[in-house]
Amino acid sequence: MSVPTLDVRGLAYAYPDGHQALHGVDLHVHPGERVALLGPNGAGKTTLVLHLNGILTAGAGSVSVSGLPVVTQNLQEVRRRVGIVFQDPDDQLFLGTVRQDVAFGPANHGLRGEALGRRVMTALDRVGMADFADRPPHHLSFGQRRRVAVATVLAMEPEILVLDEPSSNLDPASRRELADILRSLDVTVLMVTHDLPYALELCPRSVVLADGVVVADGRTYDVLTDEALMRAHRLELPFGFDPRTIGSLPA
Amino acid sequence: MGAGHGHRLHYHGHSPLHRAEPHHKILALVGFVLLVVATPREWFAAYAVHLGLLLGVIAASRVPLGYLLKRLVVEVPFVVFAVLMPFIAHGPQVEVLGLHVSEPGLLAAWGLLVKGTLGVLASLTLAATTEPDDVLRGLERLRLPDLVVQIMGFMIRYLDVVGSEMARMLVAMRSRGCEPRRPKHWPALARALGALFIRSYERGERVHLAMLSRGYTGRLPR
Repeated sequence: MSVPTLDVRGLAYAYPDGHQALHGVDLHVHPGERVALLGPNGAGKTTLVLHLNGILTAGAGSVSVSGLPVVTQNLQEVRRRVGIVFQDPDDQLFLGTVRQDVAFGPANHGLRGEALGRRVMTALDRVGMADFADRPPHHLSFGQRRRVAVATVLAMEPEILVLDEPSSNLDPASRRELADILRSLDVTVLMVTHDLPYALELCPRSVVLADGVVVADGRTYDVLTDEALMRAHRLELPFGFDPRTIGSLPA
Repeated sequence: MGAGHGHRLHYHGHSPLHRAEPHHKILALVGFVLLVVATPREWFAAYAVHLGLLLGVIAASRVPLGYLLKRLVVEVPFVVFAVLMPFIAHGPQVEVLGLHVSEPGLLAAWGLLVKGTLGVLASLTLAATTEPDDVLRGLERLRLPDLVVQIMGFMIRYLDVVGSEMARMLVAMRSRGCEPRRPKHWPALARALGALFIRSYERGERVHLAMLSRGYTGRLPR
C-alpha cells in the first residue's frame, strides 16, 4: 500500500493545565481520500488537528505526513504539506487584500514574483474567487471569505487539506457551493465537522473521535446508521434526515 | 491595505497630492506639525501663514474642506479642555464678553486650540489623500521597524472586525434592557469592554496560529 498522507500513531497529549485531551489516537489517511472526523464537542478534534502541522507537540506517539515526521526541524515543510482551514475566516484572512492573503503561505515558503502571482490566481480560480483578488477580505460575504480561506491554503499546494467545520455559518447556497468546490479539488481532505449530512455528502469514510480516542472508523454510511454508536457518543442526525432514504450521492 | 479600509477617512481622487509618494507626504506632515508646535503662541501672524499653507495644500488635493471639517470632531475632547483653561488657570484677569478670565489661561487655550487644529487638519489631509496601505508602505520606506508596521497593518485590518463585534455586544445589551449610555449601566458596559478585550486577545492568538500554519517565521513576505 502507498505511503499514507497522514499517519498518526498512538498520539497522546495533555494540555499544560493537566487536562488530557488525547489518549492514544491512531489515524491513517491515504492519498486521494476524503475523510470526515466526527465527534461531540470536547472530544479532542481540534487538539488532534493542531498536532497535524506541529502547532502542538505530541506528548507521546507520532505524526507523519507523507512519510515526513512532524518534528521541529521539519516544521516548515510539514506546514506546507498540511493546509489547515480554520473555522473563522476572519482569523485566516489578516491582510489587506485577497491577493496578499492567498500569497502569504507560498511566499513564506520562498515563492516570489511571477510564479507566486500565478500560484495565487490558480488557487483563487479553483474556488471561483479570481475576480475578487484585489478586494479587502472584510468586504466579502461570509461564504466568499470561507472560499478565500480555502484558497489561502490551496496556494501552498498541500498534500492534505484539513478543514475545521467548513459548513459552519454558511447559508444553504454557500454550503452547497463549497461542497461543489471541495468535490472538484483533486486533493486529500480531512474534514472536522458536526454537519453529518455534509460528511455523508462529501466523505466516503468517517472517523469518530470521543474522549480522546478513535471509537469508530469506517464508511460514513455505516457510521451514521449505527444507532448504538451514534447514541453512545452524542452524535445525532438532524430531524428528518435518514441516510437510508437517500438514493445516490453526488459524484 | 486595500481600498476599503479608508472608507471613513480616505477621499478618492487623482490630484497631485493623491499621487505623491506616501513617504514624502508623511515627512511633510511630520515637518509641518513640528513647525507648528515650535511656533511661539504669541506669533499670531505666523499661524495665519501656517493655515494659509495648509489650506493651499488642501485646495491642491481637491478634497472638499467640509469633508475634512466634519472629521475634525475627533478633536472635541481637547477643545473642551482648551475652553476650560481660561476659567481654571491663575494669573492676571482680563474681561472678555463680560466674563473675568485668566489671561495666561486664555493664551494657553489659544495655543492648544490652534496647534491641535492645525495638526489634526494636516493629518486628516494625509489620511484623505493616502490609502492606509500606502501609509504603511511609506512608513516602511522611512525605515520604521518591520514589527511596528506589521502591528499597524493588523490594527487596520481588524478595526472593522472588533468594531462590529462591539456593535453586536451593544445590541445584545440593549436587547436585555440595558442602555449603555446611562451611567447606571456603565459597570455593565465596562465588563462588556473587558470581554471584548479578552475576545480580541484570543482572536489574536487564533490569527497567530493561522499564520504559523502557513509557515510564518516572523516577517511578512514582500
